[in-house]
Amino acid sequence: MDVAHVAKLANLPLKPGEQAKFQKQFEETLKTIAVIDELDTSHVEPTSQVTGLVNVTRGDAIDSSRILPPPKSNNGYFVVPSIFDAQ
Amino acid sequence: MLNKLSLTEALKGLKQKKFSSPELVQSCLEQISKLDSRIHAFLHVNPGALKEAKTADISKPLGGIPIAVKDNFLTVGLPTTASSLVLDGYMPHYESTVTGKLKEAGAIIIGKTNMDAWAHGSSTETSDYGVTRNPRNPDYLPGGSSGGSAAAVAADMCTAAIGSETAGSIRQPAAWCGVVGFKPTYGRVSRYGVIAMASSTDSPGPLTKTVEDAALLTRIIAGHDPFDATTSPLPVSDHLSPLKSHLKIGISKEYMEVMQPEAKELVLKAAKRLEELGHLVEETSLIHPKYSIGVYTIVQRSEVSSNLARYDGIRYGHDRSYFGEEAKRRIMLGTYALSSGYYDQYYNRAQKVRTLIIQDFHKAFHKYDLLVDPASPGPALKVGSTANDPMFGEMQDILVEPSSIAGLTGISLPCGLVNSLPISFGLIGPQFAENLVLQVANQYAQPNI
Repeated sequence: MDVAHVAKLANLPLKPGEQAKFQKQFEETLKTIAVIDELDTSHVEPTSQVTGLVNVTRGDAIDSSRILPPPKSNNGYFVVPSIFDAQ
Repeated sequence: MLNKLSLTEALKGLKQKKFSSPELVQSCLEQISKLDSRIHAFLHVNPGALKEAKTADISKPLGGIPIAVKDNFLTVGLPTTASSLVLDGYMPHYESTVTGKLKEAGAIIIGKTNMDAWAHGSSTETSDYGVTRNPRNPDYLPGGSSGGSAAAVAADMCTAAIGSETAGSIRQPAAWCGVVGFKPTYGRVSRYGVIAMASSTDSPGPLTKTVEDAALLTRIIAGHDPFDATTSPLPVSDHLSPLKSHLKIGISKEYMEVMQPEAKELVLKAAKRLEELGHLVEETSLIHPKYSIGVYTIVQRSEVSSNLARYDGIRYGHDRSYFGEEAKRRIMLGTYALSSGYYDQYYNRAQKVRTLIIQDFHKAFHKYDLLVDPASPGPALKVGSTANDPMFGEMQDILVEPSSIAGLTGISLPCGLVNSLPISFGLIGPQFAENLVLQVANQYAQPNI
């Protein structure tokens, strides 16, 4: 497992020493969870939710009562950090 | 001593005007100021609690009752952090369905309780605000992630509390603190306004002093919610209507194998008591719970990586550098399990094994009404036990992970002591069999039947 690459995918800054520490821990965890490979799942469908409910819909109504006031705003728009370099 | 009353007793006393809501709330606040500098069950105590008590409507179902709420429920007017510095100082703009229902029923939220940060853990040690200690012995952990709620109930700092469970987070701290913890079926109680952990298993529920109290609180917080599409449209019934018949209860030898010997003895003694009450208790076999550790770890990390992706510090809260170590580990492992090339090996495979576990329960519930399922293999562990053990929670929750990933309902209640620390007896039932689980647990808990 490439810890630095996964941290980048997850947009998580790592502290010094964390990469090596996590590397070792992830390897142990992956070994522990590999136990599920013992079971034959070749003819089994995956379960992603357990409610038995399907196609739950709601009315197409706008509810603006819970819209967050942005911490920083300009002319009614959210102010976000820029993603391109200023130059 | 009003703080020591159970919910049922407190309601009765208030309605009979033996004492007032301000007296009850004051008594809990005094207990908090006396003990909480040592226990640290609360992150925020509601400064308006006493004022709310003065105007409480006693005629309502929970009128004037002080209830502690885990800090992952959004509460307007009270900070909500899920014990993470990412949300330090965050004030919610809307109310969770559960706390909304509590308030509507007249309850007073006495404060927000400590938890593992983002509910990631089974110790309360991963809280960014410091550990909660077990009121039964402060050298020990309260369990988690709803450790603050369990400790607040055990130390009589509130009349009852609310927690949430993804896999054991209500039942295991209840077990370690010696209180009652009840996990309703997934979808029975709305997740709306609960800071999401693993959305396919998150289930809010009560931590209380008695089974009767758990039934009472569940009836108030349960029900369909248009804001949570996974809530069930099935009606909520009276959870404590008397048992009409004797039941068949299975006890899995694979689960008992995992128990520590002294704790196992107490659980078997509790099972014996169920036999004395007229039920048939029989040894049975279930898929070994070790497989659930694999399934739960993969599914939970994957859902966490998705749910915590929203915390970017732009709309609210701080940026991603504020995540603690445990959250980072879980987000990264989930990101890995879902990443291209590994999805089939981890996530998809885990969801298939989940199907096998669900089918195994279906088979078992074809034969048995309920199954014995203790919430913890043994008593509480010492403060500091989680250090350098990234799988601590999974190992402690081994016995409640199967029922959680299958979305079942279950209860944990005290059945004795080992080295002066509580041991729990537990029961699980099929989806939406809250009634059966609560009725049998209540029967077990009655002293003279």
